[in-house]
Amino acid sequence: MTVFTSTGPRSLDDPGFSEHFLRLVGDGDEWGAVEAVTDLLDAGVAPQRVMLDLIAPTQGRIGELWAANEWSIAREHAATAISERVLAAVAARTPVRPTRGRITVACVDGEWHALPVRILAETLRLDGWRVDFLGANVPGPHLVTHLHQTGPDAVALSCMITARLPRAHAAITACRSVGVPVITGGRGFGPDGRWAHRLGADAWAAGADDAVTRLAHHWPPAPTDPYETAFLGDEEYTHVSRNRGVLVRTAMENLRAAYPPAADYDQRRHDATAEDLSQITDFLAAALYVGDDLVFTDFIGWTRAVLDARGVPPTALQAGLHLLRDQLHDFPAATAVLDTGLLKAG
Amino acid sequence: MSQLPIQGGTRTLGPPAPDLLRADLLRADLLRAALDASREAIILCAADDDTIVLVNAAAAALVPGLDPGALQALEASTIEHDGRRLKGERRRLDDDHYAWYLRDCTDEELQAEKFRAERARTAFLDEAGRRLTASLNQRRVLRTTVELAVAHLADAAVVVLPVRRRHSEWIRLVSGGTTEEGTLRESVLSEVPGLEEALGGFPPIPSRWLDASQVPAWLLPGDAAPVGALLVTPLPGNAEPAGALILARHGAAFSADDEALARIFAARAGAAIAAAALYRDQVDTAAILQADLLPPELPQPDGIELIGSYQAARDALSIGGDFYDVYEATPASPDTIVVLGDVCGKGPEAAVLTGKIRQTLRALHLVEDDPEVMLSVLNRALLSSGRQHRFATMVIGAISRAEHGRLRVTLATGGHPVPLILRTDGTVEAAPIRGTLIGVVPEITVQPATVELAPGETCLLYSDGLTEARGGPTGQDQWGEARLRDALAGCRGMPGDAAVERLRQLVSDWVHGGVRDDIAMLAVRAPARTRLSLMDTGVAATSPFAIDARRGERRGRAR
Repeated sequence: MTVFTSTGPRSLDDPGFSEHFLRLVGDGDEWGAVEAVTDLLDAGVAPQRVMLDLIAPTQGRIGELWAANEWSIAREHAATAISERVLAAVAARTPVRPTRGRITVACVDGEWHALPVRILAETLRLDGWRVDFLGANVPGPHLVTHLHQTGPDAVALSCMITARLPRAHAAITACRSVGVPVITGGRGFGPDGRWAHRLGADAWAAGADDAVTRLAHHWPPAPTDPYETAFLGDEEYTHVSRNRGVLVRTAMENLRAAYPPAADYDQRRHDATAEDLSQITDFLAAALYVGDDLVFTDFIGWTRAVLDARGVPPTALQAGLHLLRDQLHDFPAATAVLDTGLLKAG
Repeated sequence: MSQLPIQGGTRTLGPPAPDLLRADLLRADLLRAALDASREAIILCAADDDTIVLVNAAAAALVPGLDPGALQALEASTIEHDGRRLKGERRRLDDDHYAWYLRDCTDEELQAEKFRAERARTAFLDEAGRRLTASLNQRRVLRTTVELAVAHLADAAVVVLPVRRRHSEWIRLVSGGTTEEGTLRESVLSEVPGLEEALGGFPPIPSRWLDASQVPAWLLPGDAAPVGALLVTPLPGNAEPAGALILARHGAAFSADDEALARIFAARAGAAIAAAALYRDQVDTAAILQADLLPPELPQPDGIELIGSYQAARDALSIGGDFYDVYEATPASPDTIVVLGDVCGKGPEAAVLTGKIRQTLRALHLVEDDPEVMLSVLNRALLSSGRQHRFATMVIGAISRAEHGRLRVTLATGGHPVPLILRTDGTVEAAPIRGTLIGVVPEITVQPATVELAPGETCLLYSDGLTEARGGPTGQDQWGEARLRDALAGCRGMPGDAAVERLRQLVSDWVHGGVRDDIAMLAVRAPARTRLSLMDTGVAATSPFAIDARRGERRGRAR
């Protein structure tokens, strides 16, 4: 570990800077983190660069550290809270008079990764947009009410978790149905945003910079009938998502036979396993919804790494997948998706 | 045809005599008579020099001036002649001759043209209906109106709204441009012929050709092409006009059909704009009333960290029966008072009662800061207000600062879930208080208690929407106090806002998105002592999470 002198590195180009900042944020040192960023701004670094080249990558590192089990969930949340405050400090120092239209920025229902979206909101504000930032986990009806009341030129919707794609789709369709075009972003829409278009989004942006360019030059897009893309999913999706509770309950009942170590689980561990199974079910449903195995295999690959970091053997994950597969014999698409997942889990 | 025997204009049945047939057909006058009897125009030509050999009656009527011996000049298969449209087909007859067969298809094409126009009109009105009714936002509806008008009716469109306080708002779009908005003084409206009348609800002024000078410079952007024709149409609204639609074209004037279509479109646009205006008025009214019912922005008194969270059940107005509030210290009542409660029922009716309770407590706080007394007085006030079948539960806390950054919180409950306290070592305990609910019996029993919070410790007030949230893997289980305690213990070391956010997230995941009941939380936290920054000392400070990080979480929970 490098120990810095009293001033610390001063430039974004300094390779030590991001480590230094990560440590401040990870230690819950709000004052130090805000000061580090304030110094950068004072040195003339553009606030966009501070947000996109420092705060955002740091947040990415925080997620990785949690996934690798190097940081506890409490530390991850605390660090995120510090990042939020640093961001607020950047925003407070950079007022901009709105010159463009009005835009609503929100996370889809069930999506809690607010920080990247907040960075987007601030970046758009710096570009002259009047931004309404609705934050994390915005239920569809609240979003649509907001649109009726404010009449924005665009909605920017973020989805980081692929399992939320069906809800993202409902939100996209609802926004477009009231005549407001939608730009989407976030990992949840897949590599290169490949699922965004299928869900009817007017645009997809790889990052905040991309979104700013897209909105500045090619907006609004030509209106199309929102109901052309309003219906996805088939009876297999309907079956899996409607019977989520039954699938998980049955899997939990059969868990002990399939995976003997589960016999020693306490209530908390039992709850966590049930939640894992519901997540697997959600991702399975999402894969069926958008019709792409990748939704599922990506999630299984990630889960495997997370479990691995916590010393949970892959047989536990495989057992879970089999427990669901045993209940879905009559559903060829779901079975096929689970099989690709099993390959990835093994 | 060649098998029909023809003789003297009469037809006899039976097998033809081959030589008789040939002889008859060679008779030129019979041939001409047969061709003249045809309704199709036929022009017989010689192949070697393209001269006309014969023009039948129908051809002569259709294209006068075609004479045998003249050079035929037909080339294309569609021929414009004297305002008529002819369709022609050239066919080879024998090695030396060919013929043009001409048909007048003017009426047919006119019908097809009309049909296409009608179809386009229907498609336009269908799209207009769909897009105009989609939004309740007036600005959005206005934009849609000018977009549709420019796509289907004119080169430029301006909507001018009725005069309000001597000014009119407008929005316009020029083909190929972007929408612009602005405001006009009432006095300049008369510069556009017919605009004042349209805003007054009079019938549309017939379209007319205009000198470019008759269009005031402010109507269209300076770089727009000169206006050829202008049409001003009222946008009918709810008993009074919703505005006026001005359509401008560079070239041709508006036909009667164009005007009729513009009028139908204006009727739809006007209805949508009026509905949006009505919605806006209602929202404005509701927002004023709502402002007092929504949870307040929390003050941040010195040495006390307060974090609130309110999540309304899925209704549009975001108001419900849960509430919290904070009353800052006054000279008479040096304690900071926090209250969190739940009124029986849901929606606006419940919200109105929460407003009354909060106001009563606010007044009460000016003279009193003992939670137990406040609850008793509030109970009598509610009972005496005469409104039956409404009761409430709540927790009131009086916070004062103690030595070494500690907080002393005196808590009293009126039948409300007991607050939980998160200690620095991660244990969670319930505040030792009891009490009956408010607004039911004349005398309530309240057992208050005082708890102390060391720096970094949190006292969480919450509504039962949190613990009674139904969901979980099976969809039917309540989240429950045990899970809440567990989750709160997991928040050890987090800043207050991160802890509250985490609880929100966990319960939202539990119910799988569909929160059915209001959920309110109010966390009171003694701020953690400020550590020395490692930047100042040059010595790496031990992170409060260092132990956590080493232990890690071994339960393999995927996010």
